[in-house]
Amino acid sequence: MKVKKGIPLIDQHDKNGFYGGKFGGNYVAETLKKPIDDLSELFEKCRKDKKFLKERDDLYENYVGSPTRFFKLQNLTDHLGGAQIYAKMVSDANGGAHKIYNAITHAMLCKKAKKKYICTDTGAGYNGKMFSMVAKKFGLGCKVFMGTRDIERQKPNCDAIRKNGAEIVPVTSGSKTLVDAVSECIRYWVSNCDKVHMGIGSLVGPNIFVKICGWSTAQISRELKVQLEDEFGEIPNKLKLINCVGGGSSAYGFWSEFFDYNKKHIELIGVEAGGPKNSKLHAAPLSKNSKIGILHGAAAYCVQDNDGQISETESCSSGLDYPSCSPIHCFLKDVGRARYTVATDEEAFSAYKLVTELEEISPSLEPAHSFAEAIKIAPKLDESNIIIVNSCGDSLKDKDIIKKRLGNYIR
Amino acid sequence: MKSQISLAFEKCKRENRPALLTYTVAGDNSKKKSLEILKSISQHADILEIGFPFNAPTADGPQIQNSTYRALKNGFKLKDAFQIVKNYKKMRNAKPCILMGYYQMVYHYGEKKFIKKCKQVGVNGLIIVDLPWPDNKKFSKLCKKNSITFVQLISPTTSKERMKKIIRDSHDLNYLISMLSTTGGKLKVSPKRILKNYFKIKRINKSKNMVIGFGITNKTIGTLKKADGLVVGSALCKGISDSIKNRQNPVIKLNKMVEVLKNKII
Repeated sequence: MKVKKGIPLIDQHDKNGFYGGKFGGNYVAETLKKPIDDLSELFEKCRKDKKFLKERDDLYENYVGSPTRFFKLQNLTDHLGGAQIYAKMVSDANGGAHKIYNAITHAMLCKKAKKKYICTDTGAGYNGKMFSMVAKKFGLGCKVFMGTRDIERQKPNCDAIRKNGAEIVPVTSGSKTLVDAVSECIRYWVSNCDKVHMGIGSLVGPNIFVKICGWSTAQISRELKVQLEDEFGEIPNKLKLINCVGGGSSAYGFWSEFFDYNKKHIELIGVEAGGPKNSKLHAAPLSKNSKIGILHGAAAYCVQDNDGQISETESCSSGLDYPSCSPIHCFLKDVGRARYTVATDEEAFSAYKLVTELEEISPSLEPAHSFAEAIKIAPKLDESNIIIVNSCGDSLKDKDIIKKRLGNYIR
Repeated sequence: MKSQISLAFEKCKRENRPALLTYTVAGDNSKKKSLEILKSISQHADILEIGFPFNAPTADGPQIQNSTYRALKNGFKLKDAFQIVKNYKKMRNAKPCILMGYYQMVYHYGEKKFIKKCKQVGVNGLIIVDLPWPDNKKFSKLCKKNSITFVQLISPTTSKERMKKIIRDSHDLNYLISMLSTTGGKLKVSPKRILKNYFKIKRINKSKNMVIGFGITNKTIGTLKKADGLVVGSALCKGISDSIKNRQNPVIKLNKMVEVLKNKII
C-alpha cells in the first residue's frame, strides 16, 4: 500500500471505490446506487470537458477570487524565533472559506444533470453558506441540513444562508451536530434523488463525493505551488504544510500537488480537534487511533463505542466536530505520507489569540487548530524550515464563541 | 431443505394471501417489552423483521429513528438483539425472524462472528440496508453457507440489467422498496403502479419470493395484497410511540394493529 506517483490521489481507488483496499467504498442504500452511478459518470465526463473546465476556472478566478494570498507571518515568526511561518489565506475566497470550490463544482454538475434543486449538510455553516451562494448564482433551490446545536453556535453563517434564499433544515436527532446533519441530508436525498442533486460538504461520503470534493479543493495547492516558486524560486526544502482535519477537504486541497514529494522534503501535518483539555470527548479519529467504522457510506477511522455505535464528539470548532474522517486521510496515515496530531480547544483559543494579536489576520477556530501546531513546533526548528499554515476559514462566524471565551472579539 | 422463510410463504400461498411481515426495533421501548411485542404479534404475523439499532441510520424515516433512539437510550446493546431472538425462538410456533440493520454494526462485530451468532440464536434472514449488490456478494455467500437468507433489496431506481444480476445472486427472498423514500414515507406512488413494477420484476424469476415494503399502513395494505408478502414497519413503530405517549401498553396496542393488518389481506 503506497501513494502512486503522477496520479491524483482521489483517483487511486480500486473498482469498488476503496483506497488502499480498505478505506472508502460505497455503503449506501440500493436506492442511491443509480443516482451515484449517474453522478460518477457525469463527473468523469465533465472533468475531461474543456468547456466545463474553462467555466470552472473562470468562476474560481473571478467569482472566488484567485489566487488567495500567500505571505509570511513575520511577527509570529519573530515572536516564536524558529522556523519561518507563512499563511495561505484561503479565507480570502469569496464567502470566507475553501468550501466554495466544492460548492461551485456541485452547482455546475447539478445544472448539467438538469436538476433544479440542490441539498447539502453543514457543520460550521460555511459549506451551507457557499452552497446557498452558488445556488443563488445558478438559480437553484437549496436546502441546507444543519444540527440545531450548530445553528445556535454559528449564527452569522446561518444568517447568510437565509439571506441567500436557502432553507436551513434543523436537525434534532442524535448529537444535533454535523454527523446528524449529514445523515439527514442523505436521508433526504434517498427520498428525492430523482429531482435533487446532493453535495456532501467535505472529503467524506460515498466515493464519488470524496472525488468531487478533492478535485475541487485541489485549486488551493495549484495556487500555492506557483506562489512558492514565485517566493523562493523553487519548492523549498524542509517545508511543512499544516492543515486542520475534520472531514479533511481543505487539507486535501492544500496538499494535493505535494503528495509525490519525499516526506523529508515536504512534510504534511494534519491537526484534528482534541476537544476540551479535561474532556474525554474529542473529534480526532486519526490521531487517537480509532477503529475503522462505516459511516455515511464509507469505511474510515471513526470514533465509536464498544458496541459499534458512533460516539459523540466534542470540539469548540463546529467544522472539525465530526466522528469520522476522509478515507483519503486514513490512507495517508497508514502509508505514513501525512502525520496527524491534535490541538485541544484551549490550544486553539490561545493560538487564535496570539496570531490575531501579532498579525493582521483572523483565522476561524478550525485553522486556529493548525496555528496551534505551528506554534508548538516552530520554536524547535531552525529558520531553514518553512511552515505554511492553511488559514482556511475566517473568524467572523465564531465571533460569539470567541467573545464568550476570550472576553472580546475585535475584527 | 427449504428454509423456514420459504415454508412461511408456501403456507400463505396455500391460504391464498400474502405473507404479513412486521418490523419492530429490538429494545423498543425496552428489552423486555420488545420481546413481549414479538411474542404477541407473532400470533398474526408470518415473518418478523427485527431491527438492530444504529445511531447514524441513512435510510430510516422519523418513526423508525424514534424507535432506534428510544432503544439506544435504554442502554440497548447488539447482544441484546441476539438475546431477544433467542428468547423469542423458545416459544411454540415461533415465526421466522429476519434481522435488519446497518453494516457498521456487522463490521464492528465481525462478519463471520455476526453470522455465526445469528445462526446460533435462530435468525433466519438478514437485511443489511447499506450493503448493496455487488458489495454484498461475499457476505451473502457466507450467509447461505450458514443457512441464513440474505435478503436483497431492489428499488425503483434499480436498472433492469442490475435487477437481473441481483436476482441471479439472490437467495429465496427479495425486498422491493415501493418508492423513493426513507422508511415510513407517505405512499406517493399509486398501488397500481407499484404492483405493475412488482410483476415486471417478478417475471425475472418467479420462483423467488418478493415482498414490498416502505410506506405500507393499514390504509394501503389491502390494495397490494397480490404481492407475495408485505412489510409494515414505521406504522408499528409509530404505534409504540403513540402508546407511550398515551400511557397505553404497547404490547396490546401492537397486537391489535397487526391483527387489523392481517384482516385486511385475508
